[in-house]
Amino acid sequence: MSDQNSHDDLVPSTFEDEPIANPGLPPHVWRPTDVDPKAEKRAERQVAAFFGLSILCAILFLVSYFVFHVGSDWNTVGGLGASNVALGVFLGGALLFIGIGIIQWARKLMGDHEIVEYRHPARSSEEDREATIAALNAGLEESGIGRRPLVRNTLLGAVGILALPAVVMLRDLGPLPGDKLKHTIWTKGMRVVRDVVGTPILVSDLEIGDLVNALPEALFPTEENGYPEIEGVELQQQKVKAAVILNRMLPDEIVSQQTLNWSVNGIVCYSKICTHVGCPISLNERTTHHLLCPCHQSTFDLTDSGKVIFGPAGHALPQLPLAVDSDGYLIAQSDFTEPVGPSFWERDPS
Amino acid sequence: MRLLNRSAGRLSRHRRGPLAGLVVLLLGLVMTGSLYAAFSPAQADQTQSSTDQAAAGRQLFLVGCAFCHGQNGEGIKTQDGNQIGPSLVGVGAAAVDFQVGTGRMPMAQPGAQAPRKKPVYTDEEIAQLAAYVASLGPGPSVPTASDYSTAGMSDSERQAAIVRGGQIFLTNCTACHNFEGSGGAMPRGGYAPKIRGVDPKYIYEAMLTGPQAMDSFSNGDLSPEEKRDVIAYLGSLNEAPGYGGFGLGGLGPVSEGLFAWLVGLGSLVGFAVWIAAHTTRSNKKKVEA
Repeated sequence: MSDQNSHDDLVPSTFEDEPIANPGLPPHVWRPTDVDPKAEKRAERQVAAFFGLSILCAILFLVSYFVFHVGSDWNTVGGLGASNVALGVFLGGALLFIGIGIIQWARKLMGDHEIVEYRHPARSSEEDREATIAALNAGLEESGIGRRPLVRNTLLGAVGILALPAVVMLRDLGPLPGDKLKHTIWTKGMRVVRDVVGTPILVSDLEIGDLVNALPEALFPTEENGYPEIEGVELQQQKVKAAVILNRMLPDEIVSQQTLNWSVNGIVCYSKICTHVGCPISLNERTTHHLLCPCHQSTFDLTDSGKVIFGPAGHALPQLPLAVDSDGYLIAQSDFTEPVGPSFWERDPS
Repeated sequence: MRLLNRSAGRLSRHRRGPLAGLVVLLLGLVMTGSLYAAFSPAQADQTQSSTDQAAAGRQLFLVGCAFCHGQNGEGIKTQDGNQIGPSLVGVGAAAVDFQVGTGRMPMAQPGAQAPRKKPVYTDEEIAQLAAYVASLGPGPSVPTASDYSTAGMSDSERQAAIVRGGQIFLTNCTACHNFEGSGGAMPRGGYAPKIRGVDPKYIYEAMLTGPQAMDSFSNGDLSPEEKRDVIAYLGSLNEAPGYGGFGLGGLGPVSEGLFAWLVGLGSLVGFAVWIAAHTTRSNKKKVEA
């Protein structure tokens, strides 16, 4: 192994019987930096220069941190902000040049010779295996786990009891949702109101082709409508379950009888929550009455009971049965007749 | 003379070039177009009664629109039920002003999307077309600046309008038009267009009339004040400071992911190739010391 060129030493002799003689590894060819001291010096200077550039960048980073001010110059340097550009470029450069320098060093100057490593069988040798089993058996014998049932059983008990603290702590994740997933705040006779502003909707307000993002009136409690105050987490939870969209179309365009029965003058009302993973959906095409979910492209047909016509959603979009109250405002006939939103195990007991 | 000869020689050298035919064709087209524009008859008088306007609009309609929308704007259906052009009865002047004023109509070709382009008709012709279509049936009229302008408001009123408009925008518009109005993809090759930098009048008309596949937001749905607030919010987005960085079109994960995968990972792969590449080798042998 004194001469690095004689790689043939490393090739196993078992190949000698092969039909084609083993040609061995090709002779080593040197890099310019290995044979030319001038090239070596040059490479050394290159590596040092990269490290030097890194130092420069780090210093410039510090300088620009104190010179530029975030927020006051966000319009300079092509609208990107002098502070952003300077800090990013210099910190990036400081890290990048260290990396480039190290790679250059490895490629030009560090040791350059081929290494052959053989694969070994994964299985241990017979002696090792026997020795291990003997040691294990000796340990079992000395512990006397077979002869001392008291020790063994109390140990098993101690380990088993450890599961109880875990169960008690996991209980804090509860309580179980019960039938919360199956109901929303909608009730018979509750008015449908516009999202954000909370105003009730007259049937005559809507024209063919109109889309309204709507909520139940109970989420906009006033003294007048008498609904109880609701706020915080409870409000958000009710909102995400009860959000609906209204769409008015020509009554002739409605395909399914149920959709027609639950509509008022061509106004249909559907849950806004996709039945796939619960994204809010209101990408409606007025011309086709197809409602598209932007997350995974599930598409629902609003003329036909919210049937899934494309995409991964597993259930039709739940429709809210609409009616009109004595003042001409849109109201719900009842809560949704099926759970809104994504499927869950107990959704369809069969 | 020598100069002339030289340029003549240069011309003759290039006249058989691969692009020569195209250049001559373009020159011809440009000349024909500009000569026509210079000598074409001037347009009708400025002041017209609405009846005259509608009559003039009908003439324009018969030439430019009737092919798809029918001679009386009743729409044309093919035998297999496809719609060539929808009925224009009751769409109102606002729809015409939007469609023709933004160049969407007349369409260059039928397709999934009517893209915005340079308007074909002059403002006056658009007013005439709008008057004619409005005469077909009652529909929304072209909004005036007082409908969508926040000019007369105090600062605090305007701020309140922008906040309210932002909530309405995020509830009703972002689903298709993106959270900062950059537009987005729709089924079957369509797209919701970018609505930043659009004339407030056209935004108002789009909400009012629901162009192409867009739902309409009539005044009973979103009140005129709410429409004005949405427009005020969109206007405020243009004044919002951008604290640096590449916006990448404000399209969210689509353009950002594309950038990360192509530019980010691409440069990493480049570095990996460089690290693993062979260094230059020398023919010389090492001189053993």
